[in-house]
Amino acid sequence: MAMTLDVNGKPLSVKAAPDTPLLWVLRDELQLTGTKYGCGIAQCGACTVLVDGQPTRSCVTPIAGLAAAKISTIESLGGAHPVQAAWVKHDVPQCGYCQSGQIMSAVALLNQTPKPSDADIDGAMDGHICRCGTYQRIRAAIKDAAGLAPTTPLLPVAPAKV
Amino acid sequence: MNAPVKPSDVAGATRREVVVAATLASGALLVGCSPGDLLSVGAKSEFGAFGPFVRIDPDGVVTVVSKHIEFGQGNHAGLAAIVAEELEADWSKVRVEQAPAIAKVYANTGMGVQGTGGSSAISNSWEQLRKAGASAKAMFVEAAANKWNAPAGEITVKDSVVSHAGSSKSATFAELLPDAAKVTPPTTPTLKDPKTFTLIGTDRVRRKDSQAKSDGTARFTQDVQLPNMLVAMVAHAPRFGAKVASFDSTEAKKIPGVVEVYEIPSGVAVVADSTWAAKKGRDALAVKWNEDAAEKRSSDAILASYKDLASGKTPATDKLKWQAFESKGDIAKATGEAFEATYDFPYLAHAAMEPMNCVAQVSLGKAKLTFGSQIPTMDQLNTAKIVAMLPGAVEIETLFAGGSFGRRANFQSDYVAECVEIAKKVGKDRPVKLIWTREDDMAAGYYRPIVHHTVRVTLDKDGYPASWRHRIVTQSIMKGSPMGVPELDETAVEGAKGSPYLKATPIVDAQLIQPEVGVPVLWWRSVGATHTAFAMEHTIDQLAKKAGKDPVEYRRALYTKAGANRHLAVLNLAAEKAGWPNTAADGWTRGVAVHESFGSVVAQIAEVKLEGGVPKLGKVVTAIDCGTAISPDQIAAQMEGGTCFGLSGAMFGQITLKDGAVEQANFDTYRVLRNTEAPTVETHIVPSGAAPSGVGEPGTPVIAPAVANAIFAMTGKPTSSLPFVKA
Repeated sequence: MAMTLDVNGKPLSVKAAPDTPLLWVLRDELQLTGTKYGCGIAQCGACTVLVDGQPTRSCVTPIAGLAAAKISTIESLGGAHPVQAAWVKHDVPQCGYCQSGQIMSAVALLNQTPKPSDADIDGAMDGHICRCGTYQRIRAAIKDAAGLAPTTPLLPVAPAKV
Repeated sequence: MNAPVKPSDVAGATRREVVVAATLASGALLVGCSPGDLLSVGAKSEFGAFGPFVRIDPDGVVTVVSKHIEFGQGNHAGLAAIVAEELEADWSKVRVEQAPAIAKVYANTGMGVQGTGGSSAISNSWEQLRKAGASAKAMFVEAAANKWNAPAGEITVKDSVVSHAGSSKSATFAELLPDAAKVTPPTTPTLKDPKTFTLIGTDRVRRKDSQAKSDGTARFTQDVQLPNMLVAMVAHAPRFGAKVASFDSTEAKKIPGVVEVYEIPSGVAVVADSTWAAKKGRDALAVKWNEDAAEKRSSDAILASYKDLASGKTPATDKLKWQAFESKGDIAKATGEAFEATYDFPYLAHAAMEPMNCVAQVSLGKAKLTFGSQIPTMDQLNTAKIVAMLPGAVEIETLFAGGSFGRRANFQSDYVAECVEIAKKVGKDRPVKLIWTREDDMAAGYYRPIVHHTVRVTLDKDGYPASWRHRIVTQSIMKGSPMGVPELDETAVEGAKGSPYLKATPIVDAQLIQPEVGVPVLWWRSVGATHTAFAMEHTIDQLAKKAGKDPVEYRRALYTKAGANRHLAVLNLAAEKAGWPNTAADGWTRGVAVHESFGSVVAQIAEVKLEGGVPKLGKVVTAIDCGTAISPDQIAAQMEGGTCFGLSGAMFGQITLKDGAVEQANFDTYRVLRNTEAPTVETHIVPSGAAPSGVGEPGTPVIAPAVANAIFAMTGKPTSSLPFVKA
């Protein structure tokens, strides 16, 4: 039974069973591998995509209910989106595996709240796990993308020559 | 410059690297190779004019070939910068590529085999890549000198442009490439005076992979898609050491997309045409396990048995012996009132964001692996054993990995071997991608072992240690090696052994005992330091209080006594930047800790509050001496990340077993640090002209004792077990 999903502005026909989580349809069938598997139970945020603009954990979202939805993945941002540019400027990624999800939540946050408070950032980003511990750079990059002053100066500076 | 590096040539290898090298060499024996043959694993490739580490394309882009996997550490940036500095390449036109598995050429000079670990990527590549860059530069200089009929000594190179001021001639690398490629490389290229470095040590050395890791195009094992590929998932035993007794695959085979079900040594594998089908098929299996040889103890019982060994309640035996790792003076002569403390550390999972996975293809006489291989030589050897081939017939394409923290450096190549077993059953070169779910990953073992420390210290009249008795009880990590049990597992004592505090103490009696437990254990970012740093540093603050001294002043005195100048320097830098001794007037209490690991010394002063009994972190002022700083930004990134990793484990990390079965399954039951719980880490680097030392791990072990010391300063209560927040 085929169904059609609106992914990144394109209607795409998919063959997967309706109970299949969106994550595996994106990755296995549509070859959109930027969205990652991390936990499968909506605990880590690595699989986050936007469904009608809302950050959504694709690992627990069966495609059955998505026929009328607009789905956006990391691939839709084009690589030079202001949030992505801030990520690159701050060298946020380490292993990089969680960052697609982090970025999608940051994009949704700034779409809805262009000048987020610290509490807004907490609320948007605390559902995301980064085992490399890039958290302080994520905060810095979000603030930079929003045109807000950083709460802490970016360190370090190079050590003096010896 | 293509000469193979022999382990025996390598000076300055750490104890553990030497042990690993020896262990891996003996692994070669298991597959019928001598250690000498090991170095020629896959040695058949030819390289371009500039050797195996540098390639320059007709467009002038310089590709640095990294023999080390990049799974977050930022080593690709540092490795590229070393070459670019000596080559005088335009940094914006330098890229990085992952080396194939060829131990003869790409061996870690500290390990003797190709592999990444022990925070050694930069340090073991330093001389090698400086020479590679300098050699390539010399080839361009000679080519220009010949072409322009100018003395080589008058030729200069800057930002990928070769110039001769006298004749006003200049040419780009791209323009000179055909001529430079014909020049014979110098046997001993002249290296730059570090004082003239223009790239190394500057903020220009930034990651090369941030764009790909921000737009979804970075390629991980999980992302491998190959024609005709099957996805595999495996049902594992609920207890370590259990085997398949029987299984029924009837229901699994009814799932659309399931292709086949195989019994393999580690369980029952379902292969399917999609991930979801593989998972549904795996979950539909009915497997009966033979648990005769399984470990059935609970983690509480294991820890209790360790405490009984430490207290002497359980006597040592001929098989289970205490082994001294530091010993001087006569402990029987220690007098006076003794300070005593015990510390308990739980099993910890690595829980990398990308659960373990691998892609394997097996056909007649050939095997190919595509995945985040941390020790390619070991993975070649273990694969070769399964498919009955020579290791050189095992090709490995190494991809980015979504973290490892030690997990992908496994003597048994556990998940790799599992994938190869399945691919062997499937055969015909058909690609098989093994995917572990988070639950599979968390329950599969290879944890940081449970550790128990007992410390007994007497003080002299000035309040400094006069005698130090130390007992460590833990499972051996190195016992999992193909070589068997080493006499003394250095990974269990590193950091206590060699501590400046023991150096400053006249009488020392420090011993280790290593009971056998059926739970697989492994190194976890910073390895022995994950517990020794805590035991030493938290003890020191308690001793300082007993002596009525400030913890920073107390350390300074002991470092001076021990001649630990690098410890003193990082402590002083951190104390200065944090404004120590500051009071708790601003609501934060500060805790200090200092620890040396992987050749680097790190000091941290952490701001801590207690909110409902739970530690809340503010700023963590960090000072590191890591020798020559290649990329200050990535050193800071590793201090930030290492601190979060250590804090995550210390705050919440705990794998427990109930009757042998792992009780945690996913991030809902194995809590890890989240954004709102992360501190702001401020990094300061001690200026140094020494060779670079480790950065990936030394930031991890210091935060836990710094937090415990802050809590102790605040409440007067020491911490005797981790995590701080019990489940």
